[in-house]
Amino acid sequence: MEIIRFRNVSKAYILEDWVIHQLDFSIEKGEFVTLIGPSGCGKTTMLKMINGLIPFDRGDILINGQSIREWDMIRLRRQIGYVIQQIALFPHMTIEKNISYVLDLLKVERETQRKRSEELIDLVGLERSYLKRYPRELSGGQKQRVGVARALAADPEIVLMDEPFGAVDDITRKILQKEMKQLHKMLEKTIVFVTHDIEEAIHLGTKMVLMDQGEIVQAGTKEEMVFSPNNEFTKRFLESKGFNAYLGQLTIKEVCTLVKQKKVSDEIIETIDGDASVLEGIRRLIEKGVKHLNVIGNNGIIGRFSLEDIKEKIKKGE
Amino acid sequence: MNFIGNVARLYQERSEFFIRLTLEHIYLSFIAILIIAIIGLTIGIVIAKNRRLADPVLSLVNFIYTIPSIALFGILVAITGIGNRSALIALVVYGLLPMIRNTYVAITEIDELIIESAVGMGTTQKQLLIKIQLPLALPVIIAGFRIMVVMTIALGGIASFIGAGGLGVAIWRGITTSFPEMTVAGSLLVAFLAIFVDLILGLLEKITRKKVLGTAEKLS
Ligand SMILES: Nc1ncnc2c1ncn2[C@@H]1O[C@H](COP(=O)(O)OP(=O)(O)OP(=O)(O)O)[C@@H](O)[C@H]1O
Ligand SMILES: [Mg+2]
Repeated sequence: MEIIRFRNVSKAYILEDWVIHQLDFSIEKGEFVTLIGPSGCGKTTMLKMINGLIPFDRGDILINGQSIREWDMIRLRRQIGYVIQQIALFPHMTIEKNISYVLDLLKVERETQRKRSEELIDLVGLERSYLKRYPRELSGGQKQRVGVARALAADPEIVLMDEPFGAVDDITRKILQKEMKQLHKMLEKTIVFVTHDIEEAIHLGTKMVLMDQGEIVQAGTKEEMVFSPNNEFTKRFLESKGFNAYLGQLTIKEVCTLVKQKKVSDEIIETIDGDASVLEGIRRLIEKGVKHLNVIGNNGIIGRFSLEDIKEKIKKGE
Repeated sequence: MNFIGNVARLYQERSEFFIRLTLEHIYLSFIAILIIAIIGLTIGIVIAKNRRLADPVLSLVNFIYTIPSIALFGILVAITGIGNRSALIALVVYGLLPMIRNTYVAITEIDELIIESAVGMGTTQKQLLIKIQLPLALPVIIAGFRIMVVMTIALGGIASFIGAGGLGVAIWRGITTSFPEMTVAGSLLVAFLAIFVDLILGLLEKITRKKVLGTAEKLS
């Protein structure tokens, strides 16, 4: 089901100087869309048009089939989670009050608000004792988690995120990305996620949108983007980084040929963990000078991995 | 030494007179402060929400502020006559500037991103004011309030020149009857009153700043 639809949307801050130009595409319910492109290409502008923070000049945006011009803007915004890079937690409120902010706007009962804050702080992996603290007492990574919890409080269908992990260190970012991916799987929200980190876009997105100068250059699955760029810009933008990132996030168990325990060939002696990345697998193949690896799952060997498997998987374009 | 002794004796002998004047002074200042706070806060909020109004309003209030108080008293006497009413108007007119300016600055200087976040989550303009802007602006507003209160108490001392009650009566009488002890006795009480209130409000400012910003220090 189509949840967000851009219909020939154009936007200019200065007369006729189009920052967004005839944007026409849609986002399916439950998708994790990563929006990527060079600085100034219009990612933030596009994102903020979805929750009406930035008005547009031409075309229309439909949310759940209804034009944004017909939505009660306050009601719509309360159904859309919003996280920005600087997080902007409210400094004068405790973490608990920050998380339950939208519930407070919705005049939900105090006790319900409190319970929901506890649920959410559990969900984003922080201790409940943090609920009584103030934002200034938290690290950057912890603040980001609270930012995510706050966006999820009213159980919105859509969550908009503008470079949410842009300001944290590498290690924390990796952890947050992994958690975000899990959250998406678990909660089945529609997420629109702006980033300019190619790796992040490929890692998180079920669908990628590449923009340049206010237009969509190419949109599609990560396989399509990495292996079938339909223009020079996509190709140059993703380059080897996209390819690396793709193989880095693909796990062996996703691509390997599954085999029954009995059929395991004795000739293959080298093994690899099913949760390892394909990149790691290729490295192992080369290191050990073999054609196949046995793939180890929870209960012993679950399959066999070779370069053929990767080609198969990508050809299927899952 | 003798002079100070005289002043002390004066307090002792005319204690009832001074207590009455002090109470009058507190009463007059209190009414003025109340009016200034309400009008100042309201105008400050209105111009913070309608930025186009800010420049003209602030210029006007600034201009009034630069009129010498004696000149203003003179003008007011001509219009509203001698008495408490003229004094009150004068006090209010002077006190508005710090109150309006601080309220305006406090609200407009809140981090844009915090406002954007709040609005993006579905905060109405009214909720934005009550839940976000005013609480975050509070320390600076209180700082303005404090300046205004001290100013009003001090200026109240001169208000007797146009027939208002309060400690200015003692000061004025001391001047007109060449009785310097009387002038000093009145002035000292005004000063004590101002310093005392300033200390209390300073404490209040510190507490709210700590609560809102997490540090008692002024953030630059
Ligand atoms: N308020 C504004 N007034 C005028 N021009 C603006 C305004 N906001 C953004 N722009 C312009 O619109 C274009 C798109 O800006 P936008 O913030 O959407 O880019 P972005 O893709 O998010 O960039 P970044 O990756 O740097 O965040 C830029 O050229 C920018 O200069
Ligand atoms: Mg941006």
